[in-house]
Amino acid sequence: MVHSRADNSNPARIPALGIRVLVLLAISILLMVLDHRQGHLGKVRAVIGVAVYPIQIVVDAPFRLWEWISESTTARNDLQLEVSRLNAERLLTNARLQRLTALEAENARLRDLLEARSRVRDEIRVAEIMAVDANPYRHNIVIDIGKRDNVYDGQALVDANGVVGQVIETGLTTSQAILISDPSHALPIEVNRNGLRTIAKGTGKFDRLDLPFLPNNADIQPGDLLVTSGLGGAFPPGYPVAVVTTVNRIPQEPFADVIAVPSAALDQIREVMLIWTATSPAAAADANREDSTE
Amino acid sequence: MTGGGRSRRLSVIVSIIVAFMLTLVPMPDWALSFRPDWVVLTLIYWAMMLPRTWSVGSAWIVGLLLDVAQGTIFGQHALALCLIVFITVRFHLLMRVFPVLQLTATVFALLALYQFILFWINGIADVSAPPVSYWGPVISGTIIWPVVSMLLSGVRMRIQLGR
Repeated sequence: MVHSRADNSNPARIPALGIRVLVLLAISILLMVLDHRQGHLGKVRAVIGVAVYPIQIVVDAPFRLWEWISESTTARNDLQLEVSRLNAERLLTNARLQRLTALEAENARLRDLLEARSRVRDEIRVAEIMAVDANPYRHNIVIDIGKRDNVYDGQALVDANGVVGQVIETGLTTSQAILISDPSHALPIEVNRNGLRTIAKGTGKFDRLDLPFLPNNADIQPGDLLVTSGLGGAFPPGYPVAVVTTVNRIPQEPFADVIAVPSAALDQIREVMLIWTATSPAAAADANREDSTE
Repeated sequence: MTGGGRSRRLSVIVSIIVAFMLTLVPMPDWALSFRPDWVVLTLIYWAMMLPRTWSVGSAWIVGLLLDVAQGTIFGQHALALCLIVFITVRFHLLMRVFPVLQLTATVFALLALYQFILFWINGIADVSAPPVSYWGPVISGTIIWPVVSMLLSGVRMRIQLGR
């Protein structure tokens, strides 16, 4: 009890403060090197993440409550309108889906003819974004599922319109993901019209991606749809990424200046879908689990 | 530990948790770069007033939690917070007798140093960010400091009367 009494009055130096600081600084630097150069600390982060999780939940609670209130107090009229709108949309989608089933069957048949391995359909699961926007310079989000649900590092995130980003760090119950608009993110893509492959880089703005590596004579024009090429291994091929808005060919420069707008509304999403491809590491584990439960 | 000591420790922890929440609360885009470093302000205050119980060790742990919550390089905030709190503890007697204006200026310097350390580590680690954006939290933190220190001294008065 001597300590807490002396806290405010004793003018003596705090013992061994300098040594403690030096030790802690050394540990911090060691941690940073380990984390940045090797990325060995995923487990440690996951454990500490569990301690932070309740705080994130509490921070998020008022927003969820607000959402719940606004949902449960929507007028009956509005609901009916929405139901009829959704019904119409469902009819339309169903019609498209029918065509898709036929196409898929045809595709499988053709692949059989070519004796190629048929493409397995991706498994998808919806995750909610916990409204935690951590850092203004980095476009990162936190989603509410993690290792417990077989999320893995590098997993692709999409929304209804296109690619959103990828998981960079998995905790037990939450995961961090980086958006495609983050300046440090690059995504292998191809032009849907002609299969031209290139890279789309984030710019730090939600409504803009750069395609910095296209030569001046590349066959690309405004309005072209860009889809994932699947070459990086992280993203399954064929998901829409962005639409080209401007192509600026500068004769004296080696590369054209090409700008695209992401198809997904990156700054408005509340839910994202995670994709498990047939070749992903978690898919194998999943298959095992299903076997054992049956 | 007597009951008084425990409740006192609890109040400080609660204040740090509240600061932590304020750091994580989502804000509109324009306000994002002016979010004060609530945790730093709170820790500076407690390091100044109760330097024996709230010193570099606890700052380091809080820093690690911040790193995990914000997804920054593991150890970045821990290092920065640790240094800032070290300086505060080193000069806590001096800072306690500073008039408000001078103390606010000191806090400005500490916040600027804090952001500089973050900036420096980000630079080494290749995390790109416009250098101007680091000034937002420094300015807003300095402006909000008198209010924070007033609120926290309210907490301190209460726990010391209760002792």
